[in-house]
Amino acid sequence: MPFSLLKYGLNKDYPFEKNADLPAPSALKPHYDVVIIGGGGHGIATAYYLAKYHGITNVAVLEKGYLGGGNTARNTAVIRSNYLTSEGVKFYSESVKLFQELSNEFDFNIMYSRRGQLTLAHSDAAVRGFRQRTEVNKHFGGKTELIDPQQIRELVPTLNMNPADQPVLAGLWHMDGATARHDAVAWGYAKGATQRGVELHQLTEVTGVNVEHGKVTSVDTNRGKVSCGCVVQAVAGMSSVVAAMAGIRMPITTYPLQAMVTQPVKPFLDPLVSSPALHCYVQQTGRGELVFGGGSDPYPLYSTRSTMDLKESLLAHAVELFPFMANMRLMRQWGGLTDMTSDYSPIMGLSPVDNYYLDAGWGTWGFKSTPICGKTMAELVATGRVPELIEPFSMARFDSFRQVNEMGATAASH
Amino acid sequence: MKIINCPLNGPRNSSEFVHGGELRQMPDPNNCTDKEWADYVFYSDNQIGVITEWWLHAPSGYWFIAERHTGSDEILRTYDPSEIFTHRVDFAEKVESGQPEEIKA
Ligand SMILES: Cc1cc2nc3c(=O)[nH]c(=O)nc-3n(C[C@H](O)[C@H](O)[C@H](O)COP(=O)(O)OP(=O)(O)OC[C@H]3O[C@@H](n4cnc5c(N)ncnc54)[C@H](O)[C@@H]3O)c2cc1C
Repeated sequence: MPFSLLKYGLNKDYPFEKNADLPAPSALKPHYDVVIIGGGGHGIATAYYLAKYHGITNVAVLEKGYLGGGNTARNTAVIRSNYLTSEGVKFYSESVKLFQELSNEFDFNIMYSRRGQLTLAHSDAAVRGFRQRTEVNKHFGGKTELIDPQQIRELVPTLNMNPADQPVLAGLWHMDGATARHDAVAWGYAKGATQRGVELHQLTEVTGVNVEHGKVTSVDTNRGKVSCGCVVQAVAGMSSVVAAMAGIRMPITTYPLQAMVTQPVKPFLDPLVSSPALHCYVQQTGRGELVFGGGSDPYPLYSTRSTMDLKESLLAHAVELFPFMANMRLMRQWGGLTDMTSDYSPIMGLSPVDNYYLDAGWGTWGFKSTPICGKTMAELVATGRVPELIEPFSMARFDSFRQVNEMGATAASH
Repeated sequence: MKIINCPLNGPRNSSEFVHGGELRQMPDPNNCTDKEWADYVFYSDNQIGVITEWWLHAPSGYWFIAERHTGSDEILRTYDPSEIFTHRVDFAEKVESGQPEEIKA
């Protein structure tokens, strides 16, 4: 726990009033060394590490809405590293490690809560897949085990072991599985970045990208033109739309992803529980609400509306997993725009335009990678070299048919 | 969009339909470059606007074409593929002859 919390607790003045987290809005400068498009977790984390590790502070983060109002505010905050490929596991494990230290690093509580994640296998094929994931995870230092139905019953006594007539055969028990408060992650990074001199411009939409001789030179915004040394694009669901401004076509399709929460109840569920076969995952927040999520919508769309269809199918499966939930009421529902790639891995690194860097294709699984994305993208910008950790995720992998297939380890669990 | 107007079966609930992806021109797999093939299978414009796409009415196994706005989710028109595909595309034959295929879209 950050000790300053205790100090604030005993202070009779509310300390944040004289010590606001973010500076007041300012005018846009005509030039920045680095322009970051998108003030979600990824964009603002990149700015933070640029300032912190590389001393690069002439940086503007341009956000068309408000800080962290995109998918950063909309995700269900599952943090885990139990992926399938060695490229994936190495990358996400680094992120989990960074997450564990963030509250102390920021001196700002991100409410990191390590609960463990339990993924259920309902078929022999799934058990085999889990076995492989267990071994890959252990190999890279993760804490993951294959557990049997008796152990599952002990971990989650309220779970129906035969949901929708699909008996639970085994579980992938990932002890590093966790959640954190997503807004706090964005705010912690924003506070740290702006204190070091980075400018965050909210309500500032990028409307055009200007490329000369194959190199990006400036961006147009609703508040005027800004010249720049380089650009980092981190706009999640809008990736193809913004990239097209720079003349870049991407292997991405945008789908809505919905989630919802119930009224709060007494704590009964500690681990995060997920069933890929039932396209559903359930977790209980620190406030007692149950959060549900599932797969993306069935067809591409740029809209964050909620649908009855998704609620019906998702809740039917959630109630199969925890039958007593049938009497609970939903409180909120929402959607976000997810930038899906065909192999369920991200697109990070260089683009066909010089000095224009991509952080995209984060689909339904990019909250957990926020710290490591910020760190590796900052290194790329500062050194001009692609860090080894993100080399496998280059957009060019699609041209040489070298996908990093994480579909089975991602689909309904994020 | 909750109701889709199927050219064969009339207006039906959207849950009866399966999305089949954007209609696009397939390059000749025998003669195109890897980059052209990758572009065809992986890349997409993915912009906000009206797109032409395949849909399947699953209960009747009927494929058709829709023009839909990817921002408003409004379907402007649905029609039978014969409006676009005026003659048969024979894949087996094409592999043997290596002839470029004729899909007009
Ligand atoms: C319902 C749901 C559940 C999810 N659950 C999980 C989960 O459990 N675990 C997990 O790891 N991931 C999850 N995700 C995915 C995760 O939320 C995202 O991958 C991640 O937040 C992406 O972060 P980001 O900073 O790249 O994008 P965002 O937070 O979306 O930020 C992008 C920003 O760019 C801005 N922008 C767009 N266009 C422009 C423009 N032209 N000019 C200026 N700014 C622009 C947007 O306003 C937005 O604020 C979930 C997503 C959703 C929708």
